[in-house]
Amino acid sequence: MNITRRHMLVLLPAAAIAWKHVLAGTPEASPNYTMSEHWWGMLIDLPNCIGCGNCVRACQTENEVPDGYFRTWVERYHVTDYDIENPHVDSPDGGKKGFPPAKEAGGKNFFVPKLCNHCADSPCTQVCPVGATFISPDGVVLVDKTYCLGCRYCVQACPYGCRFIHPKTLTAEKCTLCYHRITKGLTTACCEACPTGARQLADLKNPNDPIHEFLKTHNVQILKPYMATHSKVLYNDLDGSVR
Amino acid sequence: MNAFKDAGHLFRLAAVFVAGGMAFVGVRAFLVPKSFGQYGHYRGNAMAEIAARPVNFAGHQACEDCHADVLEKKKSGKHVHVNCEACHGPLAKHADDPGSIQPAKLDTAVLCVRCHEANIAKPKTFPQVVSADHSSGLPCDTCHQPHSPAITAEETTGGKK
Repeated sequence: MNITRRHMLVLLPAAAIAWKHVLAGTPEASPNYTMSEHWWGMLIDLPNCIGCGNCVRACQTENEVPDGYFRTWVERYHVTDYDIENPHVDSPDGGKKGFPPAKEAGGKNFFVPKLCNHCADSPCTQVCPVGATFISPDGVVLVDKTYCLGCRYCVQACPYGCRFIHPKTLTAEKCTLCYHRITKGLTTACCEACPTGARQLADLKNPNDPIHEFLKTHNVQILKPYMATHSKVLYNDLDGSVR
Repeated sequence: MNAFKDAGHLFRLAAVFVAGGMAFVGVRAFLVPKSFGQYGHYRGNAMAEIAARPVNFAGHQACEDCHADVLEKKKSGKHVHVNCEACHGPLAKHADDPGSIQPAKLDTAVLCVRCHEANIAKPKTFPQVVSADHSSGLPCDTCHQPHSPAITAEETTGGKK
């Protein structure tokens, strides 16, 4: 066959695209873990939370979170009898060292642990200009540190305030749902350290996970449902005053 | 074909554009990481890199494999569902090398009150004490054994709120 210039114009870009696929290589093999079999979330059983701060400390040691920054933290709510719209919230040092006695008596008082909600439609991944943050096929919102520019768009986009810029690496940081643990069959550090079972890792794709029975029998809510983020951190018995 | 009589310069211009385009595709293929776009608009290998981090909390299964006696003791008490590392701290290094790395001794005076110090926001059913009034300065493990903390049913309810 006589290859003309016209043929070359068609063939060369096609060859370039084919070469790119060759470069892409084979996916990383992970022996006992198949991403497509999981869809991770977490259950926060609020009536069990005692505000001990174990989860905050566990997260900081497991993930080397710098002091003063939090991938998870605990808030204490004080809702006065007449003003449910304006609860008083405190979280001294993220609840890491527990909580001092309350200043005000009466009203409703309870703890609310917070962490990344691992939204199925997360605003933070949508605003990333370089593809450094993403939701993995098993439903965990992660940050690719080597790709992150530290532009802070995602920090502003998160409606739950779950992201920060690491003071040393200057890249976005957040809860990974202990991705290095759950892919090895362990639970997250915060769930492991929670003494009352107030935090439980949930695999929403696993039909044998106790989460399904729990969802059938309890009043479970997510934070800011009106944001349509399809959050996967599920709060049992959530008070309407929680923001 | 008269209209294309002097079209040579158009072809040369087109060739410059095509060469530029191919250079772009070539450089891009070289610079974009291999796994980018494997699952979506991100680097597929990033997940494996994040998952490669070592663990600090061994998990209660690892503890129970060796410390079956403690598990047995816990079964009779209220702390049965409290995981070992909730109190003992992260001990994956000890689990990997139990001989040379020993866990630190715990101070019950600090440890117990983390959970059991009275606070208005704690669930009403959770056992709480005002530590200053409760034990007159004695460490908790003078009376309570942490793995199975009840002394007798009557005595512990005295400290409950």
